Amino acid sequence: MAERCLRTVEALREAIEQEMGADGKVFLIGEDVRIGGGFSVSRGLVDRFGEKRVLDTPISEIAFTGLAIGAAMSGLRPIVEYQFGDFVFCAMDQIVNEAAKLCYMSAGQVDVPITFRLPVGANRRGAQHAQCTESIFMNVPGLYIVTPSTPYDAKGLLIAAIRNENPVLFYEHKLLYSFGGTKNGQLESLNQPVPNEPYTIPFGKAAVRREGQDVTVVANLLMLHRALQAAEQLQKEGIEAEVIDPRTLVPLDIETIRESVHKTGRILVVEECQPTGGWANEVIAGMAESTAVPVLYRRLGTAPTPIPYTTNMENFVIPSVDRIAECIREMLRKS
Amino acid sequence: MNQAAQCNKLSKSLLIEMYGKIVRIRAFEAKVTQLFLRGLVPGTIHLSTGQEAVAVGATSCLRPTDRVMLTHRPHGQALAKGMDPKKLLAEILGRADGCCHGKGGSMHLADPPVGIMPSLPIVGAGIPIAAGIAFAFKYDASDSVAMGFFGDGATNIGAFHETMNLAALWKLPVVYVCENNLYAVSTRIQSATLVEKLSEKAKLYGMPASTVDGNDVEAVYLCASEAVDRARRGEGPSFIECKTYRHSGHSRTDPATYRDEEEVKEWMQRDPLILCRRAILKRGYLDDKGCSDLAAEEEQLIEVAAQFALSSPEPEGMKALEDVYKDG
Repeated sequence: MAERCLRTVEALREAIEQEMGADGKVFLIGEDVRIGGGFSVSRGLVDRFGEKRVLDTPISEIAFTGLAIGAAMSGLRPIVEYQFGDFVFCAMDQIVNEAAKLCYMSAGQVDVPITFRLPVGANRRGAQHAQCTESIFMNVPGLYIVTPSTPYDAKGLLIAAIRNENPVLFYEHKLLYSFGGTKNGQLESLNQPVPNEPYTIPFGKAAVRREGQDVTVVANLLMLHRALQAAEQLQKEGIEAEVIDPRTLVPLDIETIRESVHKTGRILVVEECQPTGGWANEVIAGMAESTAVPVLYRRLGTAPTPIPYTTNMENFVIPSVDRIAECIREMLRKS
Repeated sequence: MNQAAQCNKLSKSLLIEMYGKIVRIRAFEAKVTQLFLRGLVPGTIHLSTGQEAVAVGATSCLRPTDRVMLTHRPHGQALAKGMDPKKLLAEILGRADGCCHGKGGSMHLADPPVGIMPSLPIVGAGIPIAAGIAFAFKYDASDSVAMGFFGDGATNIGAFHETMNLAALWKLPVVYVCENNLYAVSTRIQSATLVEKLSEKAKLYGMPASTVDGNDVEAVYLCASEAVDRARRGEGPSFIECKTYRHSGHSRTDPATYRDEEEVKEWMQRDPLILCRRAILKRGYLDDKGCSDLAAEEEQLIEVAAQFALSSPEPEGMKALEDVYKDG
C-alpha cells in the first residue's frame, strides 16, 4: 500500500479519534467542538462518539478547565480545546495554580492527565488571537509543553499527550493546520507519511530535520518551516545549516542540540514567542552551561510588540525566511 | 414539614456522632493553636473553630465514596469527612507522616481514599474542580456525589459564576456548601456585595439554593441531605448557604480587630458546640456526664494524634524534587 500523507489537521483528528475509540475515558471539551472547534480539528467526532464525549461548553474557560481538572483527578482523560491559544489566559489560575501543582501538593496522590490544545501563531487577526504562549508556561513546573511541527509529529505527539499522566500544553500552529497531504509540494522533508495505526513519539527527543556542519538552527512550529526554507536558500551559497526541531519544550532535549553545536560552533534559535523571557533563552543558557567549545549565539523572535493586524506590519514583526537567512550569513561572517 | 418535626427525625446515634465530630474538631483546632504558639507550625493556620456545624452537618450525609473539595480553612471538613487526625496534624506540622508527607501543609490537605481531594486555598478555584469530580461520577454512571466547600468571599469570583451556570446546565451531581462567616479576611460582606442572601446568586443560575443556620448542625444536615439525595437521583446540583462565624481571625496573624464586640458576643452565644450539646441534653440522648465523657474521649484522641505528629520526622529536603510529574 502506498504511504499516506495527511494534512496536520487530519493527523490531529485521527489521533483524537483513535484514542477516543480505544479508551472510553477520553473525552473532548471546549467551545464549538461539535462543529469542529476553531479550526475543524474535531469535525465529525460527535457523530461517532456522541454528545456525551464531545462536549460544547458555554464561553467559560475557568469552568471547563477546572471541570476537566476535576474529571482528570477522578480517572478520566480530558482533551481541552481553547478556541484560540490566547484564551488560555482566562483559565490561567486553573492551569498554573491547580493542574500543574495538584500532583505535587498531594505528594502524588492524584494525577491530572489532561491535554490542553492551543491553536497559536499570528495569522492576521490582531493582538489577541495571535500570541505564541508556550514560553510563558515554561516557568511553571508540572506542565509538559509540546510543539508539533509536522503531520507525523502532530499525530504521534498528540497520542503521547493524551496517554500521558500529566497536564500537557499541546500547541498547534494555525498556519500549519493545512500543511501536509499529498498535494503539498513544499518542504517534503516535513511532509512525512503518517501511519494508519496509532503510534507515540516520546517527549524530550528532538528531531534533526536537516544535517549541516556550519551552523545549528533550532526552531519549532512555523519557524521550523521557515528555518528549513532559509537553509535551502543558503545551501546555494555553500552554507550548510543543521536544523533541529525540539518537538517538546518541556522536557527540552539539550543533548541533541549540544551535540550539533559541538560540531558547528554556532547556534541560532528562532521562535515566534517574544525573545524576552522566551524559550530560545533556555536553549542558549543550556548550551552556555554545558558546551565544551566556544560558541557563537544568536536568537530571533517576534518583535517586542503585541501582534499588529495588517499584513505588512505582521510580517515586519515575525521572523521571516529572509531574516533567518540573513542572520545566519551574518553569523558566518563573524567567525 | 416544619423544622422541628424534621429535627425529631434525626436519630439519637446520628446526633451523638455529629456532636462527637464537633468536639473533635474543636479539640483539634485547640491543639493546633497550642502547637502554633509553641512555634511548631512552619506556616500559618486558618482555624475552623466556630464553623464546625457546617463541616459536620454537611459531610455527615455523605458516603465514604463521595468526594469533597476543601479550601484554605480545611481542618474541620477533613476531620468530619474521615481523615485520621494523626495524618492531619502531622501534615500541619510539616512532617513526613502527614497526609501529603509535608508537601502540602495546613492549606493543602489530601486523602483521596476517604474522599478528600486536594484542598485549594486559591479562593473559588475548587468550585469548577468539584464540578469536574461530579462530571466524572456522572460520566461513569456512578451515583456518588461531589461536595464543594467555599466561603462567602468566593461568591464574588468568576470561577463561582461560570461554574454555577455550567453545573446547573449539565445537571452535575454536586452540592455546593457556602460557609458565610460574614468576612473575607477583614472585608465585611456588606462591603463586598449588595446581595443579602448568597443563595440568591446560585438560584439565578437555575439550581435549588437555600440559606440555613450554619451553627445548627441539624439544620445543615437536613438541608445537605436533601441536596445530596437530589444529586444522587441525577437531578443536579444544589447550593446551601450556611450562616456561621469564626471564633478567631482569618488566620493566626489576624487579631480580628475589625469585628464589633457586640457581634462577637452574640455569635459566641450561638456557638455550634453549645447548641448541639443543648439539643442532646434536652432530648435526653446523653446526660452531662455522657457529654463530658465523649469530650474526654475525643480530647484523648487528639492528644494521641499530637504525640504521633510530634514524633514524626521532618521529610528529607531531597524529597522536594519528587512528585512534580507523575511517571508513566
